[in-house]
Amino acid sequence: MGQTQHRGRPAHVALFVTCLVDQFCPEVGEATVAILERAGVRVAFPEAQTCCGQVLLNDGFHREATALARRFVETFAPYEAVVAPSGSCVALVREFYPQLLRGTALEERAREVAHRTYELGEFLVQVLGVTQLGARFRARVTYHPSCHLLRGLGAAACAERLVRNVEGAEFVPLRCPEACCGFGGIFSVKFGAISEAMLLDKLADLEATGAQVVVSTDVSCLLHLRGALGRRNSPLRTLHLAELLNAREP
Amino acid sequence: MSQPIRFSEQSVRALQDPRLREALRRALEDLRGKWARATGDLPHFDALRDRAKQIKAHTLQNLDRYLEQLEAQVQQRGGVVHWARDAEEACTTVVGVCRSAGARTVVKSKSMLTEEIELNQALERAGIRVVETDLGEFVVQLDGDRPSHLIAPIIHKRREEVAALFSRHLGTPADAPVEVLTRAARAHLRQAFLTAEVGITGANFLVAETGSVVLVENEGNARLVTALPRVHIAVAGIEKVIPRLQDLAVFLPVLVRSATGQKLSSYISVLSGPRRPGEVGGPEAFHLVLVDNRRTAVLADPDLREALQCLRCGACLNACPVYERVGGHTYGWVYGGPIGAVLTPKLRGVTQAAQLPYASTLCGACREVCPVRIDIPRMLVQLRAQVVASGGIRPTERLVMRLLGWILRSPARYRFGGRLARVVQRAVWGERPIRALPGPLRAWTRMRDFPPLAPRTFRERWRTWRTPDRRS
Repeated sequence: MGQTQHRGRPAHVALFVTCLVDQFCPEVGEATVAILERAGVRVAFPEAQTCCGQVLLNDGFHREATALARRFVETFAPYEAVVAPSGSCVALVREFYPQLLRGTALEERAREVAHRTYELGEFLVQVLGVTQLGARFRARVTYHPSCHLLRGLGAAACAERLVRNVEGAEFVPLRCPEACCGFGGIFSVKFGAISEAMLLDKLADLEATGAQVVVSTDVSCLLHLRGALGRRNSPLRTLHLAELLNAREP
Repeated sequence: MSQPIRFSEQSVRALQDPRLREALRRALEDLRGKWARATGDLPHFDALRDRAKQIKAHTLQNLDRYLEQLEAQVQQRGGVVHWARDAEEACTTVVGVCRSAGARTVVKSKSMLTEEIELNQALERAGIRVVETDLGEFVVQLDGDRPSHLIAPIIHKRREEVAALFSRHLGTPADAPVEVLTRAARAHLRQAFLTAEVGITGANFLVAETGSVVLVENEGNARLVTALPRVHIAVAGIEKVIPRLQDLAVFLPVLVRSATGQKLSSYISVLSGPRRPGEVGGPEAFHLVLVDNRRTAVLADPDLREALQCLRCGACLNACPVYERVGGHTYGWVYGGPIGAVLTPKLRGVTQAAQLPYASTLCGACREVCPVRIDIPRMLVQLRAQVVASGGIRPTERLVMRLLGWILRSPARYRFGGRLARVVQRAVWGERPIRALPGPLRAWTRMRDFPPLAPRTFRERWRTWRTPDRRS
């Protein structure tokens, strides 16, 4: 578990949009920028970024993942802080980058960048001290903390606090928020049947809340849930934390 | 060794067994509740866990020294120490001691190591009758089954199955309640305790300072195994050593609370050598068999050494969402669950168990509950690299991952790859949701639609949306 450190309030941050948001959910990236700017932070988008390398690392291709770690560290080293709309990618950067780059010239820099890389909710609450962003959203809302946010970063409470503070939203907690949704990246392909069993339990928990919207900080979990909810024609919608915080419903 | 472990196929079978699912769900819900209560009411539990980890790490760092100290202490107290390089040597040693003690029957208390080295089979081959005296292990033995959990060996069985088994073997009524079943087992085992010439145990801890074997249990059977027969043999992995007796003040609370949610187990035995002149109880002879069986290979691997800190409490199994769905047998060997997914590939070889390190979503629940804070998810990721390095991955998967790595290394290739994928997506699916994918991705689309790529990426939208920051 990486420790975060920050002296003072960064005025300028770099957005690490993550490959999933870039390719599948660009609106989440735009909402992230909008929120950060509303919180008074200038946002840069370094175009040299690609992917944190999680899929490669988790499949055991560590040489390939190390190349991406190097790219990430070099790309983001000039910035005061890095913010990503993903608990999972940030947990990877903090937990694994210093280890992947151990013994290289970039090791120390990897450690520094890792300490300055934050998940969105964590950055808002713990670094900026912001818990209210004037969001208005009329719906019953539940919150699924991603495993890597919850146990990797230990920052699940930040996002929950932000969700609970949204005006107009009625918060209904899950019975088992800490249970994994069964995605696990390559896991859901290699062990489809186990993944489905975990997913079914998560869907049952979500549906039992009577919520109209499930919010999370990670599009990996959300795309997994959305794919199943869509298949079941469920009225339950998925929403990223950034989209919820950016909502301005009358 | 034998056939590679086929976790994936076995898991499908396990998932289709509603009785197994129900038995696991019920038992794990109970164990998780007990864990939460037991760890929640000890204010310095986390500090104890840190200390426990520290002591284990220190001991492993100086394992040679502590093992020699242990050997000297055991010898000084009149015990005999045997070193066994592998399972075969360990079994041969134990069989040899039993033979020279003239043993026809041995009683055993619960030990995962003896499962690992398949000691019962070796003893039976030598014509020695073996009786498991832990109630769960007794049931396993009667049924010719295998334990499916580190501390709850018959977690996969329902009460009705045990009643039917006892009815066949011990003549109890088919619908006998638990009290009747345990009484029948007790009567049966009592006879074995009184006739056995040798008692065999594992060890929860070996104390270097005093040469003691520490046994943690709830049924009192381990105490009888070590008190009644003339000879006591303890068989233990070399990683079980701890430096001092006082370290138990750290280990016992974290072990017992993590394992069963009790504050302390009903029995804790600290046994230091055979009976001495003037003592009334205890065995005439004591043998300690210290087993390597590839543990030194784990010790030599800096990325996975931490696995030797394991106390075998089972907390990671109880917390694991994968174990919860498939049970211990699916893991194909004695050690199931998250720690099994680490230990089995290391102790049997990664090519024998190449699927196991992947059998986790890396959700981190195991790491959170571990009494010695073993970072199991990190080790699983490390092991996956060892699987790839040993060629344990399909050629197509290797090709795809290499290609993906090559694409992601360059922003230009990344952009081009995204555009190409969109062309394919439009041509094949148009605007429709992606309901079915071919090949290995079929597993995903059985129950879920695959997310379509957005028409334009964030970076494309960013370019038209605003002037990029100068620094980017």
